[in-house]
Amino acid sequence: MQLPFKITFWRVLLAIVWLAGTYAVFVRFTEGLGAATNLSDKFPWGLWVGFDVVTGVGLAAGGFTIAGAVYVLHLKQFYPVLRPAILTAFLGYSLVIVGLLIDIGHPLRIYHPMLMGNAHSVMFEVAMCVTFYTSVLALEFSTVVFERMGWDRLRKWVSKIIVPLVIIGVILSFLHQSSLGSLYLIMPSKLYPLWYSPLLPAFFLISAISTGCAMVIFESHLSFRAFGHRLEKNILRHLGRVMLLGLVLYLILKVQDFTTRGVWDLTVLPRMETYVFWLEMFLGSIAPIILLSIKRIRLSTKGLYICSVLTIAGFLFNRLNVTITGIEASSGVSYVPSWMEISVSLAIVGMVVFLFALAVRYLPIFGNPLANVKKITPPANRMTPKHNADNITFDSGTATGRDVLSS
Amino acid sequence: MRGRKALLIDTELCAGCNACVDACKEENNQPDVETTDLSSISYTAVIEKEGVYTRRLCMHCEYPTCVSVCPVGALEKTESGAVIYHYEKCIGCRYCMQACPYSVPTYEWNSTSPKVQKCTMCHARQKVGKIPACAEACPVEATIFGDRNELLKIARKRLSDDPTTYVNHIYGEHEAGGSSVLFASSVPFEKLGFPGNLPMEPLPNLTWDVLSKIPRFSVFFGAFLYGVWWVIDRRIELADNGTENNRFNQHLLDNEQKKEQV
Ligand code: SF4
Ligand code: SF4
Repeated sequence: MQLPFKITFWRVLLAIVWLAGTYAVFVRFTEGLGAATNLSDKFPWGLWVGFDVVTGVGLAAGGFTIAGAVYVLHLKQFYPVLRPAILTAFLGYSLVIVGLLIDIGHPLRIYHPMLMGNAHSVMFEVAMCVTFYTSVLALEFSTVVFERMGWDRLRKWVSKIIVPLVIIGVILSFLHQSSLGSLYLIMPSKLYPLWYSPLLPAFFLISAISTGCAMVIFESHLSFRAFGHRLEKNILRHLGRVMLLGLVLYLILKVQDFTTRGVWDLTVLPRMETYVFWLEMFLGSIAPIILLSIKRIRLSTKGLYICSVLTIAGFLFNRLNVTITGIEASSGVSYVPSWMEISVSLAIVGMVVFLFALAVRYLPIFGNPLANVKKITPPANRMTPKHNADNITFDSGTATGRDVLSS
Repeated sequence: MRGRKALLIDTELCAGCNACVDACKEENNQPDVETTDLSSISYTAVIEKEGVYTRRLCMHCEYPTCVSVCPVGALEKTESGAVIYHYEKCIGCRYCMQACPYSVPTYEWNSTSPKVQKCTMCHARQKVGKIPACAEACPVEATIFGDRNELLKIARKRLSDDPTTYVNHIYGEHEAGGSSVLFASSVPFEKLGFPGNLPMEPLPNLTWDVLSKIPRFSVFFGAFLYGVWWVIDRRIELADNGTENNRFNQHLLDNEQKKEQV
């Protein structure tokens, strides 16, 4: 089998990460979490919760953002990035679930929240939303597969319900993206006050949206380098603008929050938390806002790419700060993930990249000509009347990125 | 909250003999190893700090965080006040451990079917009319068992009888909404390792304030999104100025497509 990677170095790296990750998963399932992780009674949530689940869900936020923009707001200029965004989200969520199954003590009881849910638990709400939203994503993504297979009737059936589907997806996403922050609302004494705030749900939601946009920019840049799918500059600029909006809103809220809670003095304490806090704020908020305010950067592909990388890095810091750094002080222990924890997380990232590349190769994601082995373009495309192009059809199948890109 | 049972622990009386720990281990069939802190094989521990002995154990909160966060309801606050655990439900997510303000629940880290472990306030013994093993074993009544209200009265009396010795604070009376384990001490509780930054209201309210809004939010937000979609859709359609035509064209295309498939 041919791996869809050009550079051998990456193949080797992927193989190593997967081997290590598989071994770690084996240890975890044969000897328990204690043997594979550095978790303890004092530090029960580590990298697998903080990165694989909390961060992973946030990074996949591009899916609902773009789907909402295209279908609800009719912003058809985002159409070409719709499929990659939904693909990322679908893969992201699927692997979040894999990560969760590795982390929880009784993976075979994963259905328990469905049967004996506790409505007072944020975790229950997140579990429900993630379950339903992953199904929504699967349906949204299924049109791509149906199109590739030429199963037109199925594709049309999904297209018919796509608007309500996307609306449900947006609601579910708003709920669980914010709820990942709400998970910590109940721990005012445990989460360090630089991060604990009654506004945690809002912070989590807004940062997920701007990072979702950043991820789409980031991915399209990488896909361009790896597969040569060029994206219209305009789309990236639009995304950049949404991202900037989110970042500014986040910063304003943060300033307001710090003022009302009166914790500004904490930002100058010489403590580990302070340093990582500033790193997070600088990378994920201040630097990209400054850069994106400069017109030349906002309009250049490279500039947008750099800003997206910064935003994603800041987002990573933020989520890991809330889930790990911010908990250390109250836990009384210091937690550093074991190599097995790290390798499982990396293996999961590798899996997402691998499956993404695979999908791009075999499915009409970016308008890959390879995917058109069999001619399945419906007549709607060939003889698209002018007004049909203006009036966006809510049919995710027909006017794909392919049309925009291959022309 | 009538009929709620509680434990009152007084560091002034405790001699550090570990009788409670031993009785607890025997009651719960746990191996008799040296106990310095809570673990999956120790529901309680006697700890020496600032020249006094204090105990670590589940506080059996009146509004337990662990019960509130458990996604599957594996933890339960019983009528008597004890907070107990139902292993058959637990998925092992460890949210209870992460969220407990006293970091009480522990986990069988080296098991492939791990249980969460914590003090049950001898729920099984209480059901048959016995008092918790630790209270029964304590030779100096440093740990006593009884009605929560009664114990509060006793504690208050001790505090007012001897205000120079005791700090004027019954830990557990109000912390995080109060708990079924109460402490009296001569050393400020923060120095004994008790969290000093807990709000006095029940912690589960902090999430319920948000969670309880979800159904209404979902309905309104859904209606809003649908409205936005409809308005923009309609506008585009009108701006297109060929509403009927458009539909007709679409109809033709659909038909053609069907034919092609046949
Ligand atoms: S002390 Fe912790 S484990 Fe015990 S009832 Fe309170 S929240 Fe639950
Ligand atoms: S570990 Fe078990 S008892 Fe604790 S919150 Fe998770 S499911 Fe509930």
